[in-house]
Formats: sequence, structure tokens, C-alpha cells
Amino acid sequence: MATGITMLDDFLVRALVAGVGVALIAGPLGCFVVWRRMAYVGDTMAHASLLGIALGLILGLDLGVGVLAVTVTVALLLAALQGQRLVGSDTLLGILAHGALSIGLVAVAFMETVRLDLMAYLFGDILAVSARDLLWIWGGSAVVLAGLAAVWRPLLAATVDPDLALAERASAPWVQVVFALLIAGTIAIAMKIVGVLLITALLIIPAATARRSARSPEGMAVAAAGVGVVAVLGGLALSIGADTPSGPSIVVAALALFVVSLTVPARG
Amino acid sequence: MAVSTHPQTQTEGRLLLEAQGLAVRLGGRDILHHVDLAVRRGEIVTVIGPNGGGKTTLLRAVLGLVAPSAGRAGVADGVTVGYVPQRFPVDRILPMTVERLMRLTARPSRAAIERSLAETGTAHLISASIHTLSGGEMQRVLLARALVREPDLLVLDEPVQAVDYAGEAALYELIAAIRDRHGCGVLMVSHDLHVVMAATDRVLCVNGHVCCTGTPHEVSGNTEFRRLFGPQAEVFALYHHHHDHDHDLSGEALPDGEHAHHHHHGDGHHHA
Repeated sequence: MATGITMLDDFLVRALVAGVGVALIAGPLGCFVVWRRMAYVGDTMAHASLLGIALGLILGLDLGVGVLAVTVTVALLLAALQGQRLVGSDTLLGILAHGALSIGLVAVAFMETVRLDLMAYLFGDILAVSARDLLWIWGGSAVVLAGLAAVWRPLLAATVDPDLALAERASAPWVQVVFALLIAGTIAIAMKIVGVLLITALLIIPAATARRSARSPEGMAVAAAGVGVVAVLGGLALSIGADTPSGPSIVVAALALFVVSLTVPARG
Repeated sequence: MAVSTHPQTQTEGRLLLEAQGLAVRLGGRDILHHVDLAVRRGEIVTVIGPNGGGKTTLLRAVLGLVAPSAGRAGVADGVTVGYVPQRFPVDRILPMTVERLMRLTARPSRAAIERSLAETGTAHLISASIHTLSGGEMQRVLLARALVREPDLLVLDEPVQAVDYAGEAALYELIAAIRDRHGCGVLMVSHDLHVVMAATDRVLCVNGHVCCTGTPHEVSGNTEFRRLFGPQAEVFALYHHHHDHDHDLSGEALPDGEHAHHHHHGDGHHHA
């Protein structure tokens, strides 16, 4: 796309609006993912979302609905299986992640009538965002952000010390379930932008970058949203200018910001 | 070490927390059985017992963190709990100042935060990151955090673990002073005997079941208690032997039964 600079077209505006919408929720939610050491949980849901795409295609549903159904199921499954002692939690997550990803890939291969651009789902295609996708992204982001704001205090208390939060009646077990559902929703929303394989990066890299400059949990969440927006802008510029895949380009931009942040002395 | 007991509160204060016939089974193991416990406003109750005897499980059961397998346990309706956990491992990736920590489960004013921190001698730490605190500072900040909730019931799990011996006595003294000032009830778990006993109204010695309960004095004479704690109990008995009498103003020991007030040691000496 060598002529990209002259093509400040609708699709570019749509890509920008979509990317910013995703970055604004991925940052704050990603903070909780890193605080709670749940990076692999996000990864598991993201991998499983490919199964959702396959289901959507087979059943003729909106793919977003298919993905949401699968990520929500995985989120609830993980919540229900918490505390089981059969296998370690990392093993369980690995089984779920790769099991669901593989079932999804196999199912897609069986569908002869559908030509699926697998790369677009694995790595995202922000430049192909439609007006309908925008509605889905911004509507979903608003719901997720409102949900996160509603459970912020109990969720933070339970993240700092679950026992203390329960003992002082400052949180309740359902708060964690809501959080898992918010992640499921975020993955369904972000899939289009960075693809299932890179969603976790968009959750954790801006959050980890924001930690360096933050003094409070709230400050870190706002900063993470900001870092995410800058990463989307930078990644998009890279993708247009150098004709690179958009999802990996955004992650590369986020990574660059993280490396730069390491040179800044940490606060608190 | 200030010694103050409030025997009248044991029957008169408002009931804050209760366990009746409590049993807890975890992973197929009976941890606790037939435990009765009540804490009333204004009294300090300390749970002691050997490691693995179920002290912490008892605390977790009354706080609703583990479900009883029989009987019941819980905090009374409308009682505000301030909880000081045994360990507080917050990952460095989570930025948090002391001031923000004080707002974790309550919405106190800045003035109330300053007041609570001052009460535990940590007012100067208000803007510090919690990741930079020493073990003793953290313990005091956690106590202030529980206090800022204006609790009816203060629950402390092994409050002196991260504190050295001198700090230990001071911390128990502080807990007793807080009870006097706020009139709250205090339930704490401890494994160390003689320091904590001095600041306690009632002791519950737990080893799967309640092996004995009563005032520190009564418990120290119990045979099961002595068997459980061995030489440590002897030290404790010795401590109480020395304090079964009061001192008059010149330091002369008065015989039992003649003291008009409960004595106070102002010099903070130890009796080990």
C-alpha cells in the first residue's frame, strides 16, 4: 500500500475510530489482568474465540455473537473449575486454550463452502473494519467500560486481598464472575482489530507500560488507555506506511512504548 | 505494659460475633469441631494454640471465608469488621499509596485518614508507596486501615509476625489502647504466649477443639494447656505467678485480695 498516504479515506478513519475504541477498554481491563496475574486466562479465552468464529460460520450467526458465546462459556467454565485439584491451573488453561483453538481450526477446515481468511482472524484486519463493526466495537466498549466502572471498587479490593475484601463485606464472589465476563466481551470486541493470537498483548502491554508512571490504580488504568491509543495510532501508521499486517504492527508499537517506558525511573 | 481488663463487658457488651458448635472440614480433614466462641463490645479475645490447631481456620470461619461443616459461625448483623490480615502480599505491578490503601474498603475523609494513621504512629507515611514499607510499618498501616472503617469489631490474624520483639509488645499495647479508646471488640489469633496474654481479657486455647478458655490466669492453670505448650507454658505460669499480686506505690508487693485497683506497669519491662 505504497500510495497509502494519499488515501486518507473512509477506511482509514474507520480503522482509527475502531482502534481507539478498543484501546480505551483494553487498557483499564488489562490493568486488572496484570494485577491478578491472569495473562494466560486472557490468552485462553482469545484462543478459544476461534471456535466461536467456526460456530458462527456453521450456524450462520454473526461472528461476534459466536465469539462472545464461546468466550463467555470459557469464562464461566474457568470460574467453575477454580479450586479443582485434578490438574494445575496452568495445565487446565493450556488444555482449554489449545483444545478450543484446534477444534475451531479443524471445524473451519471442514467447511468447504466457506472461504475463510484465517489470517484476518488470527492477526486481525483493522483496515477492513466496516461501519457495522464500528457500532459493535463502540457499543460493546461502552457496555464493558460501564460494567468495569460499576464493579471497580469491589473488584480492586478483591484484587488487593480477596480474604480482606470478603471479610469486610467489600466484595462478593459474583464480582469476579462479572470481571471474567468483561474480559470475554473485550476479546470479542478486540478480535477484529488485533486478531485472536494478539489480544492478550493489547491487554497487558499498555498496562505494563503504564505502571512505570502510575502512583495509583486509577492513574494506571487511565495511563494504560492512553498508551493503548498511542500504540494503535503508531501501529496503524506503520501498517499503512510499510504495508505490514495491522494487528502485529499495533503490538510492535505497544512493545516499543513499553521498552521506552523502561528507561523512565519508576514511581512508587 | 499496660494491663487493663474489663470483666464487666464480658456479659454486658453487645454481642459482635458468635460461633456455636462450629465444625470445619477441609480436604477431608477435620480441622475444628465443637467450637463455641463469642466476642462482645469492649473485650479482647485471643485465640491461641499449636500450629495446625485450627486458629486461623476459626478466624476464617467466623469471617465467612470458609463454610462450617456443622454448627454456625458469623458476625452479627450490622457489625462493621476491620480486618488485619496475617500477610499482605501486594504485587509491585499494582501501584498503591498508603492513602489509597486507606480508601480500599471505606470512603473516609482525608482528615479521618490522617487521624487513623496518627493513631498507629504512621501519619508521615500517608504519601508513601506501600511497596516501600518495612514489615513493622506495614503492620501499623494495616491496623490504621482497619481503624479508619470505624469498626465495631477488630479482627487480627497473628498481628506481630513481621515485627521484632520490642515492636511486638508495643503493638499489643497499641491494640489494647485502641480498644479502650474506641470501645470496639477485638478478636485476634496469636501463637506467642506471654506478651499477648497480658493485653487479653479472655483466652481461647484451640487445638481442633477448645481445650480451655477463660482469663489468662485461669488458662495458665489448665493441665491441657500446660501439656500443649510445655516449657513455654511454664514461662507463662511464672509470669503470672509474679503478677498474682499487686504492687503498692513504693513497689512493695501486696498480698492477693488486698489490691484496690488493677495494677499498671509503666516501665514496659518484660517477664520472660
